[in-house]
Amino acid sequence: MNENWLKKIDWLILPLIGAMVCIGLWHAVAGKKTYVLKTPASGLEEMHAGLVQALPNGEEVWKKVKPLVAEGKTEQVKSFANGTKIWEAVEPFVEEKRVGLIAALPNVGEAWQSSKPYIAEPFAKRGELDQGILRFTWLSLILVAKGYTLALLIGTPIGFFLGLSKSFTKMTDPIIQVLRPVSPLAWLPLGMVLFLGAGKNASELAALFTIAICAMWPTVLNTAVGVRAIPQDYLNVAKVLKLSRWKTLTKVMIPATLPYMFTGFRLSLGIAWLVIVAAEMLTGRPGVGGFLWQEYNALIYEHIILCILTIGIVGFALDRLMSVVERRFKTA
Amino acid sequence: MAFLELKNVSKSFGTSTVLKDINLSIEKGEFVAIVGFSGAGKTTLINIIAGLIKPDSGTATLNDLEITEPGPDRGIVFQNYSLLPWLTVYENIFLAVDQVNPNWTKAKKQEHVEKHIAMVNLTPARDKFPKELSGGMRQRVSVARGLSIDPQILLLDEPLSALDALTRATLQDEISRIREETHKTVVLITNDPDEGIYLADRIIPLTAGPGATLGPSFTVDIPHPRDRKAINHYESFKKLRRDVVEFMLNSKHDRHHSITRKLVLPDIEPEDLSVPRTMTSWRKIPRRRSEVKEETVEVDL
Ligand SMILES: Nc1ncnc2c1ncn2[C@@H]1O[C@H](COP(=O)(O)OP(=O)(O)O)[C@@H](O)[C@H]1O
Ligand SMILES: [Mg+2]
Repeated sequence: MNENWLKKIDWLILPLIGAMVCIGLWHAVAGKKTYVLKTPASGLEEMHAGLVQALPNGEEVWKKVKPLVAEGKTEQVKSFANGTKIWEAVEPFVEEKRVGLIAALPNVGEAWQSSKPYIAEPFAKRGELDQGILRFTWLSLILVAKGYTLALLIGTPIGFFLGLSKSFTKMTDPIIQVLRPVSPLAWLPLGMVLFLGAGKNASELAALFTIAICAMWPTVLNTAVGVRAIPQDYLNVAKVLKLSRWKTLTKVMIPATLPYMFTGFRLSLGIAWLVIVAAEMLTGRPGVGGFLWQEYNALIYEHIILCILTIGIVGFALDRLMSVVERRFKTA
Repeated sequence: MAFLELKNVSKSFGTSTVLKDINLSIEKGEFVAIVGFSGAGKTTLINIIAGLIKPDSGTATLNDLEITEPGPDRGIVFQNYSLLPWLTVYENIFLAVDQVNPNWTKAKKQEHVEKHIAMVNLTPARDKFPKELSGGMRQRVSVARGLSIDPQILLLDEPLSALDALTRATLQDEISRIREETHKTVVLITNDPDEGIYLADRIIPLTAGPGATLGPSFTVDIPHPRDRKAINHYESFKKLRRDVVEFMLNSKHDRHHSITRKLVLPDIEPEDLSVPRTMTSWRKIPRRRSEVKEETVEVDL
């Protein structure tokens, strides 16, 4: 019975274990702050002399401090001497240093400490590029929503035409095959050029252009496949009833294609969310991606991790949301 | 000229001739069954009458007008039901009624749809989607849709083939009853001679393909309504059935069908122990059937 109970919460325990292992690995390679002697060779003697000189009970303190410093546990000296004269006496002889396999990588504690204000006040706005994480997310989502809508509005009809017309497919196939693998990083500068005349809106328009052109391909291709996969029987029903072109489209073809279209929509949304980060980075727009890039340049590496996690979680949530919608249409 | 008339109709797909020299005439109000083996070209024939495909040669006329395109004057019940899965029973039929009678008032259309749902005993399922219905119920919806547009002729393409025996019998009786009520001209395609004889006024066998053509027409002179149990004892029923089946089998006479198919299972061929294992001929790995791409099997049908 106990075992059964364990099996039942497998879905919770196993992912938790996975997450722990991952965080553990991160922590193991991450760097941490510590203090080392400024002059490694003669440092201890100098510190001894300094302590005796600075404090009346210098010898006594030295006895406690020496083993810790010798073993490199200077951090502990700071914690028991915090704010006292002892630390003032010790400090001139030591310096802060990051150690670890990847010294520059913030560890779990640091990442959390540094990210806390952004999570605790998720909607705060302290400056253009210093806002709560959800506020940034919201900004990014708005831009994605616009670009994504554009992608669907352009992509769905193109897909429909591709599905309907063999000649149109043959005509556009090489173009699509060539344009499809182009990275958002390559489209963005072109977008900037295209909207050069738009003044201060240029970066937003360029970002929208990039999202739309990168995200529309799954919608285009899935819609085309869906149209081609419409069972002949359904079309026969339309023919026998002599449905008008418009009615055939709205009553038969579109409903029959919807499941495919929604698969395309879901994949497109995933890409749109990928592109937004790159677009924000290059344009410096406020948003999760812009924040990430700024904090990298400002050497606040902790926030990079915060941003990555946020991007991942939001992307996951969007995908789930879309697959719920998608499944609704699958069964239809 | 007869109400529905096919003259020397032939149809090929690519190089294979499916139908050859089909001649058929059906009078108004007749119930004609066409019985044939599967793959003989029955659906192709019904599609020609429906106007969904054009014959390569010959003509098909309905009411002296050549059939050139599909239209609601011919109601079809497709072999695989062909209900639109995103519409309910009611909506599927309403789509047809609405299209064919655009000038009716909404109330009249609704009443008409309800009437046809009731005709096939589906009123309790009126708001269900096709996927929620059994095969028999789907087929009833399809029949109701076919009748709801009040066609001059009803074409039924193996409407009951996919159903289990009991449902099949029930639906046969239902078709028989509906036909008595509506006096529609009906062409029933079937692969079951018994079904054809039980329901139709005339039964015409389609010879085995390729190049299938219609055989002689057998008149079923058993009065309606027919009794399923009693009919088996009619001498004329037994004779008719013998004749039809014999004709169909004869049309296959001396015909060998070679079927080329891809092999699926099992994958590993048994080892041939009679072959001595020498250093050169011995394979370390057992031979897999998937390495043999296909094989041809001669089947006597
Ligand atoms: N659109 C098509 N293209 C090529 N071959 C077809 C097509 N439709 C039917 N056939 C072929 O014609 C033959 C008769 O098909 P069909 O009329 O569906 O037979 P049945 O309805 O009697 O089972 C089959 O061998 C089938 O493969
Ligand atoms: Mg068929």
